[in-house]
Amino acid sequence: MKLTINGQDQELDADPTMPLLWVLRDLLDMTGTKFGCGAGLCGACTVQLDGLAIRSCITPLAAAEGRAVTTIEGLSEDGSHPVQQAWAKHQVPQCGYCQPGQMMQAASLLAENPSPDSEDIDKAMQGNICRCGTYPRIKAAILDLAEPAA
Amino acid sequence: MTPYFDLSRRRFLRTTVVGGAAVLSIPLLGRQAGIPGAIAQEVATTSDAALFVSLMDDGRVEITCHRSEMGQHARTAVAQIVADEMEADWDRIVIAQALGDKRYGDQNTDGSRSIRFNFERLRLVGASFRSMFAEAAAQGWDVGAETCRVEQHRVYHDDTGRSLDFADLVATVSGMEPPAATSLTLKDREAWRYIGKGKATVDMQDILTGRGHFGADVRLPDTVVASIERPPVVLAKVESFDASEALKVPGVVDVVEMPALTENPVLFKPLGGVAVLATNTWAAQQARSKLKIEWSDSPNQGYSSDAFRAVLTAATDAASDVHTDRGDVEAALADSQRTHSARYYVPHLAQAPMEPPAATARTTEDGVEVWSSSQNPQADQQLIAGFLGLDESKVKVHVTLLGGAFGRKSKPDFAAEAAYLARATGRTVRVQWKREDDIRHGFYHTVSEQKLEGGTDADGKLTALRHRSTFPTIAATFSPGAEVPNFETDLGLSDAPYAIDHTRAETGRAPAQVRTGWMRSVANIYHVFAQQSFMAELAEAAGRDHLEFMLESIGPDRAIDFAATGSKFNNYGADFDEYPFETGRLKHVLKRATANAGWGRELPERSGLGLAVHRSFLTYVATVVEVQVSESGELSIPGVWMAVDAGTVVNRDSVRNQMQGASVFGLSLALHSQITLADGAVEQANFHDYKVARMPEAPASIDVEVVDSDAPPAGVGEPGTPPFAPALCNAIHAATGKRIRELPIGAQLRA
Repeated sequence: MKLTINGQDQELDADPTMPLLWVLRDLLDMTGTKFGCGAGLCGACTVQLDGLAIRSCITPLAAAEGRAVTTIEGLSEDGSHPVQQAWAKHQVPQCGYCQPGQMMQAASLLAENPSPDSEDIDKAMQGNICRCGTYPRIKAAILDLAEPAA
Repeated sequence: MTPYFDLSRRRFLRTTVVGGAAVLSIPLLGRQAGIPGAIAQEVATTSDAALFVSLMDDGRVEITCHRSEMGQHARTAVAQIVADEMEADWDRIVIAQALGDKRYGDQNTDGSRSIRFNFERLRLVGASFRSMFAEAAAQGWDVGAETCRVEQHRVYHDDTGRSLDFADLVATVSGMEPPAATSLTLKDREAWRYIGKGKATVDMQDILTGRGHFGADVRLPDTVVASIERPPVVLAKVESFDASEALKVPGVVDVVEMPALTENPVLFKPLGGVAVLATNTWAAQQARSKLKIEWSDSPNQGYSSDAFRAVLTAATDAASDVHTDRGDVEAALADSQRTHSARYYVPHLAQAPMEPPAATARTTEDGVEVWSSSQNPQADQQLIAGFLGLDESKVKVHVTLLGGAFGRKSKPDFAAEAAYLARATGRTVRVQWKREDDIRHGFYHTVSEQKLEGGTDADGKLTALRHRSTFPTIAATFSPGAEVPNFETDLGLSDAPYAIDHTRAETGRAPAQVRTGWMRSVANIYHVFAQQSFMAELAEAAGRDHLEFMLESIGPDRAIDFAATGSKFNNYGADFDEYPFETGRLKHVLKRATANAGWGRELPERSGLGLAVHRSFLTYVATVVEVQVSESGELSIPGVWMAVDAGTVVNRDSVRNQMQGASVFGLSLALHSQITLADGAVEQANFHDYKVARMPEAPASIDVEVVDSDAPPAGVGEPGTPPFAPALCNAIHAATGKRIRELPIGAQLRA
């Protein structure tokens, strides 16, 4: 099975029903994408498929065949992506476990809608749980990146 | 690899470091809070500063954090304290994570004590190295050390204009006899450059780039993943099982029956069950679902939350264990102009950290080596040693980053499962809990019912307060059948701060039938919800403004002498002289939070402000919540204002972040969360039925004023949680007239 992960072609011989999350974490040792619920309820496992946020814990490998997967490791290796920079500026993370998923979701939102308002952000981010409670900082970081609406 | 548990780097450092030279006479300030015996640890009297600081040849300073990092930024705070006193350049420090090791003293990252227990001690560690660098330079220059100045990784002799970098002095310092702690001079507060400032977490870059390594992220060669089916009811055991279908799943390598847990006390022991081991997590989980297991009966299978409420009510009415008794509360209530009483209920809760429990273990020549997201690696050592029949010294425990913890990960049952399976199979085993495992097999925050009665006089002044509380105690986790609360009564029951002559606090007795454990701020959650809601009810009944009523009830500025006023309150294990309960500070945070919130201002229809204030973990926190409730009962929170006096703070922004997060944690339990049991089994499974707050429900803003204080450092991780739920419910009452006495709020506003 062929797919692209963070710009690199990958050929995998694996169970096509295996969720992408476990392909990343267990077969490729890419541990930046986190396991939180296994049921698409918390967003910790969020990656992008062809640029759009998906829950990798409920996305079978077969659904990613021939497509481009971006994980936190591919958002930028050095933390230079605007979302990562905004997260640093607002000192968002506490424990940090959910933050790769939060950032992948936020980056997807901003790619689709460069000028989200507070309500747009609520809608886009409501599937991503942060048990440490960093929601106000996450929202402030995204609003900081939102271009003024034309 | 990773800075959290890289063995090879540690080995490298040992060869380049101040060998055994940097031995200091630094007393450990470890103190034990009154928490049940099973987690009390021997407080070592280590004097080995090399445990905390290593010098590298290029002059970089490695600082070891012996507390677990779970989002409170302990690793950053420890570095701030040591580096500040040492005058180390922030860009030339490296943070390492300690193994579980008694020589560090207390490592139980719990009870909001990391700074309180270690602040002075870590300052001494830093100051000793600053002193040695000055001495080393002075020797080379043949001048008096007192004429040298240490600043930002350099030693200066201003009279002659000479200076040397720490890197130039490492060799000399390595051979030096360190100074006695009593000869050290600590910096003046005004000279602090890191302490009290808002340093970003030292793990920021790793977290932003996905390189933060948590318990589940440990990757060792030839690791198999275990998924364990555990008994649905505590103390049930496997009667028989059939693994034939499970073994057919590709990738499965083994099926192992775990040792059964058959009797109380449950301690932190694994629950038993059947483990499926596979080459990857997916295969292990798939195969586990194909196991056919017959479970035995359990003495806990009669436990049902609905029926248990009547037990709690009866026990509360019969409450007879007295914790505070001053004056004659019954007579005073009878004499009051106006009396009021109310009952409150808070359900079981689960900590539900975002990272479900996970640990990896492998056997060593004479023991076992474990990597765990543990709040307390010495507890891992103790439990695993006992479980496997090893000496504790043969159990090596590495601490990873913790993906949240909130009390769950100070119970190392999951690490003991990994250690057992490693020994049983000879393999390297990673135990990965599913979310359903975390929700169904926890150490739950206890369920509680409380009854409060209060009286006011003709002027609407508080005259009497009686608080009765019943909850299965955490003590039962350690002592079979325990029903008399232990330290929980100190958390919001025995410490009512009111200047009244007649008050009593009592508890009833009820059996624990699940594994009971602590969760962020523990018994403060239910006690403060009830007591701070009830004070608002009393104010309302007397026609008083809540803020004015609270300030009057707390009374004049004073340090409360609990022992002299009939209370057994033990002050979180701290000396009353060092950490007095000061009503002036309590009132001050209340005044600041309400001033910032604009208490008394005009609000739109169906909007309200509510307040609550409490001192917990030696820190004073007031919270004001503004709420809007729609006609259909949907609520939104335009703003929250908090004021916190935690004494001396190390990282101002982390304090703000913790307070904000603690409010959201309080919001979860106020709005949604509850664990219920039927026939001894937990009814919830995942985030669809164990709900926590999500972004759209979160406050639009949470303003935090950190009060400047020279008082000794107090707790930060937990004290923000207790006031939130009562402040929210008081706001809801102000907005709608509806009084919430039972959590979670759930659909109550829609009724």
